[in-house]
Amino acid sequence: MGLLSQKHFIGIEDYNAEDLQKIIDTGYIFREILERPIKKVPSLTGKNIVNLFFENSTRTKLSFELAEKRLSADITNFSASSSSLKKGESLKDTIQNICSMKMDAVVMRHPVPGSPIQLTQYVDSVVINAGDGKHGHPTQAMLDMMSLHEKFGYLKDLKIAIIGDILHSRVALSNIFGLVKMGAKVTLCGPPHLIPVQIEKLGVKINYKIDEVMEWADALNILRIQRERMGVGLIPSIREYRSTFGITEQRMKNHKKELVFLHPGPMNRGVEIDSIVADSDQAIILDQVLNGVAVRMSILYLLLGTASIEKE
Amino acid sequence: MKSLKKYSKPVILKNGIIYDPFKSKKYKSDILVNEGIIKEISDSIDNIDAMEIDCTNNIITSGFIDIHAHFREPGQENKETLKTGCLSALSGGFTDVCIMPNTSPPIDNPESVKFILDKSKDLPIRIYPIGAITKGQKGNELAEIYEMYKSGAIAISDDGLPVENGKMLRYAIEYCKMFDIPVINHAEDVCLRSNGLMNEGYTSTVLGLDGNPDISESTMIFRDLSIAEYTNGKIHIPHVSTAKSVEIIEEFKKKNVKVTAEVTPHHLFATDKILLDYNTNAKVAPPIRTQKDQAALIKGLKNGVIDCIATDHAPHAIENKECDFEQAHCGMIGLESAFSLSSEILLQNGFSIYDVIDRFTINPSKIMKIRKKGIQLEANADLCIINPKKEWLFSKDKIYSKSSNTPFLNKKMIGKIEMVLTKKHYFK
Repeated sequence: MGLLSQKHFIGIEDYNAEDLQKIIDTGYIFREILERPIKKVPSLTGKNIVNLFFENSTRTKLSFELAEKRLSADITNFSASSSSLKKGESLKDTIQNICSMKMDAVVMRHPVPGSPIQLTQYVDSVVINAGDGKHGHPTQAMLDMMSLHEKFGYLKDLKIAIIGDILHSRVALSNIFGLVKMGAKVTLCGPPHLIPVQIEKLGVKINYKIDEVMEWADALNILRIQRERMGVGLIPSIREYRSTFGITEQRMKNHKKELVFLHPGPMNRGVEIDSIVADSDQAIILDQVLNGVAVRMSILYLLLGTASIEKE
Repeated sequence: MKSLKKYSKPVILKNGIIYDPFKSKKYKSDILVNEGIIKEISDSIDNIDAMEIDCTNNIITSGFIDIHAHFREPGQENKETLKTGCLSALSGGFTDVCIMPNTSPPIDNPESVKFILDKSKDLPIRIYPIGAITKGQKGNELAEIYEMYKSGAIAISDDGLPVENGKMLRYAIEYCKMFDIPVINHAEDVCLRSNGLMNEGYTSTVLGLDGNPDISESTMIFRDLSIAEYTNGKIHIPHVSTAKSVEIIEEFKKKNVKVTAEVTPHHLFATDKILLDYNTNAKVAPPIRTQKDQAALIKGLKNGVIDCIATDHAPHAIENKECDFEQAHCGMIGLESAFSLSSEILLQNGFSIYDVIDRFTINPSKIMKIRKKGIQLEANADLCIINPKKEWLFSKDKIYSKSSNTPFLNKKMIGKIEMVLTKKHYFK
């Protein structure tokens, strides 16, 4: 068992606030290391980590790889296109094959919710969820929370609005679990049919009026509108979405200067966020990227490491 | 392990409580059985030549009837065969099983019906094939329903594939009026279901799994019952899963529409919380719903809106379940655990053990018109011996099906089927 209360990192919902704070605090230590001229520590020397990506990913994969390298772990990458999954390739077979090569940890992205939990039944390794369908993206939630914590100095009672297609967003669900646990106040804003049923039971509020939400919030986490949602009747048009929920230059100007913008990327500039907003001083989107590496180092270290980080 | 044996000499069931669901009679007596026939019923039977079975504290009742099972033959004999399905049935107390036509190829013609009947005639239980409504279960053209009926089909159904075209369902219901068999339609609006993998609600939201809302079932039931009402035909609703559906069925029953309905043991026993660990063995169609639905199903079964319990026994290979939640097939085996699961939950909800037995015997027999004499002299000795208080562990060695896909594996059960007598055989 590592330095957290759980063996695996599958869902934010499995963790208590103390653990989440520990991950953020340790993240700051690694963040500082990442700013040094020599950005590498020997914390995970000799540990084998496999990055198992059953779904396309650019930034999450890159971020995990970098985090693993900075911790001196040995890494193996495996990417399976979702088409080979459709051919009936068994998750169990693939994974047992890879893990018979003695892996200490598996970082997995999979299109189907729950797959990382199933994975824990097939292998002894530590399992880290790099996204499982609509269910969770817990490391993204950690980097979002670390970025908010860095910006504001606290999370308790911080007012966060999550904007967009909540229903299809693993980022939203993990953020909700984490932010509510840390005592933040969360409002969801998006088309009603793209907000999951009974989500208020998780302790969040819903408001469909973007301008009211911007007036209320300290920070907005703006979700990417996936283009595959267009053309299947879910979103009438880009024009209509932008005018109803888009964080436009005009909207930014209409609201307080302290409002902070987050975006998990990749951005659709001109759809959910205008370029002027994304590139403004109020956006902390690039801090999120760097914090992503730091917080993933933190999670890997806390799950797999043994030695105290300060001594290194 | 229990096993199936032919009895070579008469069998005496001693000191049991006899419950005949077909006459609603309960009394203490011994029973002598020979050559598959009940030969004597009296206070105390002694016969040196007979095999004596002590039934103290046990209930002796009629063999159970399941009107909804999948035995996978022909086509998927790796999951189940008529023979293994038969053993699975016996272990759960069933002596009569109606099997669904979604085999490969489907049972949509009289030759296939005959194939099932020929292949099962020497098996120790009675198997009743259900024919398809439409050719290839495709929903486009009526199958040879009358020919299938004449060959022995007991009902018709496209099984898991809803007849989406209302006109086709109307034709089927009207056509079956000629020979009075029920049409069974899996009630689900496939557009409303969409990619739904579990019940839509708080649990699906937390798990991030696509939801299948309760209205996908209830709106279709409303359509189907409206067609039955309009045509004055007969319809049977399989595996009712939602509170809204129960409400609609009740409304149509009050108008004397010829509708019957069944519920599965797993919909009675569990709620969607069973999926909190993404257990693919609990992925079923229709999905297991909320506590509110569960309560409505139990109440509906109690007041007769839902007529009987049926297992929807659906064996699947290991690889169909040991995969991600999306790829995993729907269904669970149900015959072995049906009575114990049902009686556990129903006894907690004001049913007597005899009320439970009725839902496994007389009620399904009425729906399918399976004629049973009950427990009387010269009647077939299709008997089920139950120890209602006995606790047992539902371990893998208690499974006689070829498959073991059930989320209730290793659950402690209450109420055990001790023995079944059927067609000159006993299973103990």
